[in-house]
Amino acid sequence: MTLNSNDISDRLAAVGYVADRDVATVLWLMEYLKRPLLLEGEAGVGKTEVAKSLAAVHQAELIRLQCYEGLDQNAALYEWNYQRQLLAIKTREGVGESADAIEEHIFSERYLLERPLLAAIRREKPPVLLVDEVDRADEEFEAFLLELLSDFQVSIPELGTIKAVSIPRVVLTSNGTRELSDALRRRCLYHYVDFPDVDREAKIIVTKTPGVDTTLALQIARMVSAVRKEDLRKIPGVAETLDWAATLAGLGVHDLRQEPEAVYETMICLLKTHEDRVRLTREVSERLLGKVA
Amino acid sequence: MIPTEPNPSVGRPMRERLAGFARTLRDNGFKVGLTETRDALVILTHSIASRPTSLRSAFRSLFCATHSDWERFDEIFDAYWLGTQMRRMRALSGIAAESRALARRRLDTMSLQASNGQPDHVERRQEGDAQGAADNRGRREGASHFENLATIDFRHITDPTDMARAHSLAERLARVMRARLVRREQIRRRGRRLDLRHTIHRNVSHGGTPVDLAWRRRKIKPLRLVVLLDASGSMNLYTAFFVRFLHGVMDAFREAEAFIFHTQLAHVSPSLRDRDVTRAVDKLSMMAQGIGGGTRIGESLATFNRWHARRVINSRTAVMIVSDGYDTGAPEHLGQEMRRLRWRCRKVVWLNPLIGWRDYTPQARGMQAALPYIDLFAPAHNLESLAALEPYLARI
Repeated sequence: MTLNSNDISDRLAAVGYVADRDVATVLWLMEYLKRPLLLEGEAGVGKTEVAKSLAAVHQAELIRLQCYEGLDQNAALYEWNYQRQLLAIKTREGVGESADAIEEHIFSERYLLERPLLAAIRREKPPVLLVDEVDRADEEFEAFLLELLSDFQVSIPELGTIKAVSIPRVVLTSNGTRELSDALRRRCLYHYVDFPDVDREAKIIVTKTPGVDTTLALQIARMVSAVRKEDLRKIPGVAETLDWAATLAGLGVHDLRQEPEAVYETMICLLKTHEDRVRLTREVSERLLGKVA
Repeated sequence: MIPTEPNPSVGRPMRERLAGFARTLRDNGFKVGLTETRDALVILTHSIASRPTSLRSAFRSLFCATHSDWERFDEIFDAYWLGTQMRRMRALSGIAAESRALARRRLDTMSLQASNGQPDHVERRQEGDAQGAADNRGRREGASHFENLATIDFRHITDPTDMARAHSLAERLARVMRARLVRREQIRRRGRRLDLRHTIHRNVSHGGTPVDLAWRRRKIKPLRLVVLLDASGSMNLYTAFFVRFLHGVMDAFREAEAFIFHTQLAHVSPSLRDRDVTRAVDKLSMMAQGIGGGTRIGESLATFNRWHARRVINSRTAVMIVSDGYDTGAPEHLGQEMRRLRWRCRKVVWLNPLIGWRDYTPQARGMQAALPYIDLFAPAHNLESLAALEPYLARI
């Protein structure tokens, strides 16, 4: 089954993801070349959403590995269930089994705890593996990940090598807090996710927020786009836009121009630090509103 | 309109053009290997290749590896594929001429690609006044030949051999600094705790009796140094030395990043990683050339904070700004950006060569605005003053 990028675009729309052409193309390319995809972009532009939609498009399971500093193989790949192993040792000792037999027994599949990476390569139907914020993990982990992505097999000393049953579709995201290695970058297709343009953001609002009509959605999208151009510490992402749209809808606002006060009051949905809140004064809010509405 | 054949086989001329494109990308600093080219060929066999915009976005995802690649790609793609095509069609749109003007390529790299109108080294577009910063020399002023080279102000070193020695000393200093910093770190690595999970794991075969203990030690991140070097006209007596110092830093520190700014900020770590000193310094001197119009420290810092800080700064990062503090922008702006920078990193060190001058007080308004956010304000007019930094960095 080969989908072209139009099919993917349609299917993305069907699962509620408003994609631009480039995203559809890169998702097609990922399928076509069987390569992992690295998504970069600022926080809140919807990188994780791409992976979720990809899973929905292929009706595949989404397996997510959230990276953090100090993430090691135990947390990412597999772990032995120590408590059960200890219990098993005690009970079997009572029966009088030999040490070798016990060891054989406790290092078997039954005592293996699957973590996301192992889970991803042991599924019958290829899942979507989302390695989120890979830049937060250490270099060592990155190297390990690279190895996994090229061989799709892991070796567990006590069990032997486990080969992938199916090759997962891999999406990595990065916020750019650390420079990723060239090797990892080259292994992946690359896509830089930017904030959606006004039209696309308006479409997203209409799709995700019931009770907001096209005109209001367009006003909101324009307003948010203007706010993003202000000198802020935390630039509001798409999730914030949706929060704000929902709030405005909840307040029964139909036209931003009519209710500058409500706009200013609810702008708290977009601004996440005190400094930004102070910077976006009533006057600024009204000035922006004058420009966009 | 671009690829000619509708059916799967890619003809020889197309393959050659693709190879030329890969070469162009490589010349522009893209890391393009055989895998990418092979995959590009695969893409060309697909019907998607018949639409230029789709092909461009597919190639973009394939060939780009970083955000800066991403931003430059379209321009290169258009110049290479569309520009040529336009010219061949004798179109009057002028796109080809435009792309050629963009290209400003140097004659020696032209050979085969000459007819393709591709931009060679997009990032080096401003080749204006081609004088290496190293050519600028200060006045000779009472620097006795017997004086220790370490204590002579850089701007007073004029003798070529002395200059060469000072350059290599600056570079060596950076290496020595790194070696000592690491040694100090290892002595500190003593905080040990028992690692329960690993202990149990290891001792399962002993029936759970902890025979073999596993310890956990703190992993200390190495100090990362981020250097922002002012390469404006007022600094030009010093730039050459600092470029050499930077090269040493980049080579020796496992984690270091370098930026150069005058009116704009440029990330120069990749050029500095060149092992060949002369070539690296050459490349950099070219970038270091200001286009005139003064120094915009505030704006350059803003660019840094906005686009680079998150990537290059971690919890053990010292930011070192080397500048005389003469800012042509608004001092409030500089102050604000300094405050943001201060929040992010461990220490801000400002090296100002002027401090070495007698009777210097930081009067420049920009300098005044920046001072409250600086942890260490130190001179950097000779080798001795650079060496004096080391114990400070070791404590971070």
